[in-house]
Amino acid sequence: MTLLEFEDLRVTYTGSRGRIPAVRGVDLAVDAGEILGIAGESGCGKSTLAMAVLRLLPRSAEVTGRILLDGEDLLTMGWGRLRAVRWTGASIVFQGAMHSLNAVHRVGRQVAEPILVHGEASPAKAAARAEELLERVGLPPSRARSYPHELSGGQRQRVMIAMALACDPDLIIADEATTALDVMVQAQVLELLTGLVAERGVGMVMISHDLSVLSAVCGTAAVMYAGRIVERGPAHEVFAQARHPYSAALGAAFPVIGDPASRGRPGGLAGDPPDPARLPEGCSFRPRCAVAVERCGSESPELVAVQGAERSSACFVAQEGGPVVL
Amino acid sequence: MAEGVLSARGLRVEFGLPGGRVARAVDGVDLDVAPGEIVALAGESGCGKTTLARALLGLERPTGGSVSFGGEPLRFSSRALKAYRRRVQLVLQDPTGALNPRHTVYDAVAEGLRIHGIADDEPGRVAEALSRAGLRPPEQFFLAYPHELSGGQRQRVVIAGALVLEPDLLVADEPVASLDASVRGEILSLLLRFKEDAGLGALVITHDLGLAWSIADRIAIMYLGRVVEQGPVEEVLTAPRHPYTRALVSVLPDSPVAEPIVLAGELPDASRIPGGCRFRPRCPAYASGEAAAVRERCEGEDPVLAGPESLRVACHLVHARMVA
Amino acid sequence: MTAVPTSPRALRRARTRQSLARSWAAYRSQRAGMVGLVLLSAIVVLAVAAPLLVDQSQLSVTQATGGRMEPPSAEFPLGTDEVGRSILALTLWGSRLSLIIGLTATLAAILVGTAVGVTAGHVGGWYGWVALRVSDWFMVLPSLVVAIALLAVLGRSMGTTILVIALVSWSGTTRLVRAQTLTVQARPYLERARALGAGHWHQMTRHVLPNVLPLVLASATLLVPSAILMESSLAWLGLGDPNVVSWGSILNRASDNGAVSAHAWWYLLPPGLAILLVVLAFMMCGRALEAVFNPRLRGEGA
Ligand SMILES: Nc1ncnc2c1ncn2[C@@H]1O[C@H](COP(=O)(O)OP(=O)(O)OP(=O)(O)O)[C@@H](O)[C@H]1O
Ligand SMILES: Nc1ncnc2c1ncn2[C@@H]1O[C@H](COP(=O)(O)OP(=O)(O)O)[C@@H](O)[C@H]1O
Ligand code: SF4
Ligand code: SF4
Ligand SMILES: [Mg+2]
Ligand SMILES: [Mg+2]
Repeated sequence: MTLLEFEDLRVTYTGSRGRIPAVRGVDLAVDAGEILGIAGESGCGKSTLAMAVLRLLPRSAEVTGRILLDGEDLLTMGWGRLRAVRWTGASIVFQGAMHSLNAVHRVGRQVAEPILVHGEASPAKAAARAEELLERVGLPPSRARSYPHELSGGQRQRVMIAMALACDPDLIIADEATTALDVMVQAQVLELLTGLVAERGVGMVMISHDLSVLSAVCGTAAVMYAGRIVERGPAHEVFAQARHPYSAALGAAFPVIGDPASRGRPGGLAGDPPDPARLPEGCSFRPRCAVAVERCGSESPELVAVQGAERSSACFVAQEGGPVVL
Repeated sequence: MAEGVLSARGLRVEFGLPGGRVARAVDGVDLDVAPGEIVALAGESGCGKTTLARALLGLERPTGGSVSFGGEPLRFSSRALKAYRRRVQLVLQDPTGALNPRHTVYDAVAEGLRIHGIADDEPGRVAEALSRAGLRPPEQFFLAYPHELSGGQRQRVVIAGALVLEPDLLVADEPVASLDASVRGEILSLLLRFKEDAGLGALVITHDLGLAWSIADRIAIMYLGRVVEQGPVEEVLTAPRHPYTRALVSVLPDSPVAEPIVLAGELPDASRIPGGCRFRPRCPAYASGEAAAVRERCEGEDPVLAGPESLRVACHLVHARMVA
Repeated sequence: MTAVPTSPRALRRARTRQSLARSWAAYRSQRAGMVGLVLLSAIVVLAVAAPLLVDQSQLSVTQATGGRMEPPSAEFPLGTDEVGRSILALTLWGSRLSLIIGLTATLAAILVGTAVGVTAGHVGGWYGWVALRVSDWFMVLPSLVVAIALLAVLGRSMGTTILVIALVSWSGTTRLVRAQTLTVQARPYLERARALGAGHWHQMTRHVLPNVLPLVLASATLLVPSAILMESSLAWLGLGDPNVVSWGSILNRASDNGAVSAHAWWYLLPPGLAILLVVLAFMMCGRALEAVFNPRLRGEGA
């Protein structure tokens, strides 16, 4: 069953540099019990997409298209309904969340707050529930009495996840939730998140710039470049056999250990990340693309199916069955 | 000792903490880096990697043990340090912070030349270093300020600033951690190219084992201030022996270790290093009883790095198996 | 990145010019700053031109031509003092002394303050601790009381006035400079410079001072008016150099000779207003400079 659906979502910021099209027409869907991964380098619009779901974007952002949660359009719903959705429908674990805890309150209180504000629970019940949630994310309940500065990065990230779980959301959006963490702590947090999806059937959107992490935990992965989805398909396939030169380069940045092909050959991409205020004509990846053909300079490729219905790519070369890496 | 080898022996760095406690950030490290090889130093956040790098450069005074370069122990007089720092260079994690926002690219790269009083053909040397670091044509970048460059370009400027002194060794502390995934490969290729073309040696500090796999010849795994396993990258990463290395490798996607071993808990504080084997409180081998035969030694005795010269491990269990 | 460059030195000069132009544009956009600057320029021009406008002989008590405390007239636009000298002439000439004392005392104070501040921040250790405590101590001393006591001991002269004012005002600069030095000190680019082999001198002159000086300039601009005020207060209390005319000493003579009870407003108002205007002009400039240079108010940039 489709839980969340983006239909031609576009977000344009207006700032000192003029109009910045941060998201330029995204179509995606997430089912309940499924994890959708979104990969891409910084500035490609991943966080903008995430924040659009809960209408958390600044006023300067112009949003068009539709975002359907359980069939209801989030962009047109009234504020009262939206507030209800923010608590129980969907919640976000933000990028850099470790710094967004309030330094002067004990973490237990911060986890209990959404329950108190929204639900009908008494303070004592809310506190008990907060401890239960902390235990669920692998922290001893006694940690509820700690202040954020007494916790390590990984523990703080767990507290943030506990907060996101407080009102039993159907959808969790994790925006670079593990990026700042160590391998081992990252593994702990990922295990926790995938466990939640399997156990409670929630839907999850996991945003990361690390395609290898997504390939390990997600069913479907979408690769974003300059505000568009340039490739979509089963996560491990996108990672292992990319059908877009950008996904190929992104995947190569995270080599598989033990794979002799990547030994002594760090993968990467020449050139700079795109400036959304000044995108080139034609395919926006063309300035960094090693396999570009003539029409890439004038036409913008659409995301169309390649190699069966599961996979799609927005690259002329891939659409014609050509190799995307040299 | 061979020409130009940077080595640490029993290196210790301690920091006094309020309340009289002592953080043993680096706690007896043995490590060698030779010209023409890239050594990766990997470990969790807070295990002492940066402190070790700073001590190797003489930026932090060791509280014990020694650092030597080309067989000569490092001396801390300002003249000796200055001469030493011409041959061993540092590249920091965050290129944005490492460049003075008021200095142009030219000034940033020429800084080392000016410090060491190398005045002949300064523009030529700067241009050469910039183009070796991949900023071409170099003159185009002379006048740029750091904020006008992308992150990858800034890191190239920092690298050019280190190369301009023609060092023998480079110590790079997380050189690509603050860069975008797609830009990382370029910077790493640069390090590889210097190694191959100019015989430069490098110690690359990272917590990303994939990075070590793509560029390093040897790897040292650090845990709580100590190197616990050291050897050629292929062997350490495809057949890890120390229980800690095994766990680290096992959680990687497509890992050569079959079952992911997610360690519980976190790295203990450097001021509370457990007695006996420092990894024991989190050691899966100890907890599962796999190490039952050496249990007492795990509890009572700090294991030292031992084994054949090329592949050394600090674990009683591994030692016992090697003997058997 | 601009056009193809010629020599690095020419390039650097071009860049410096650019950044000065940028700072100037930032300054110009501040209305109060521009008003202050115009005001200040006018005052400085008048002070410099005073000998051309008014002959020094007019300051002589013996050669005075007017009567005692005459109100303003065509001959004496601002009236006369108790011995018949032109108040206009006195005020014009007084500006020279007030400005000289204000500027020199400030210069001495910020030189000492910057030197102590930078070294305290850079060297640290027990030296830094002692320097900080000493400057703290100077900070909490009631400056006017100390200045009076010192002048009583050292004797009254222009030199001692400058010395005393400098002595009671260097500590604020020290604190500011020390704080900024510590901030710069913690920046990774200093670590990079050290790793390149840079000694203390290089670190100070290439990294710390260039980052500290703009702030020092702004704070100096704010220090001048307080030095002028202090000089005026001291002179008004009769502790100024008896041989020279400053705004404070005019006020001192006015009150000593009963200008208040005589309702001789023309005797009191000109030096008083002059002090007010100068102080205001410096304050306006200083605030504007602060806004231009303080990275926190403007955002970190080149
Ligand atoms: N100046 C200091 N005073 C006290 N403790 C310190 C100091 N510098 C480092 N430490 C401690 O020493 C240990 C090692 O720190 P270090 O910065 O070397 O870690 P690291 O391995 O580089 O971590 P990361 O991957 O996060 O950069 C930590 O426990 C840290 O808190
Ligand atoms: N509040 C804002 N105002 C103007 N531009 C913004 C704002 N937030 C983000 N952007 C721009 O939109 C683009 C996408 O940003 P973001 O969604 O944060 O990317 P990501 O999460 O993929 O790193 C970037 O170019 C960014 O600079
Ligand atoms: S469409 Fe052309 S430019 Fe774009 S990714 Fe494909 S080959 Fe490269
Ligand atoms: S020595 Fe014992 S406790 Fe330490 S790593 Fe080896 S088996 Fe584990
Ligand atoms: Mg983001
Ligand atoms: Mg570090």
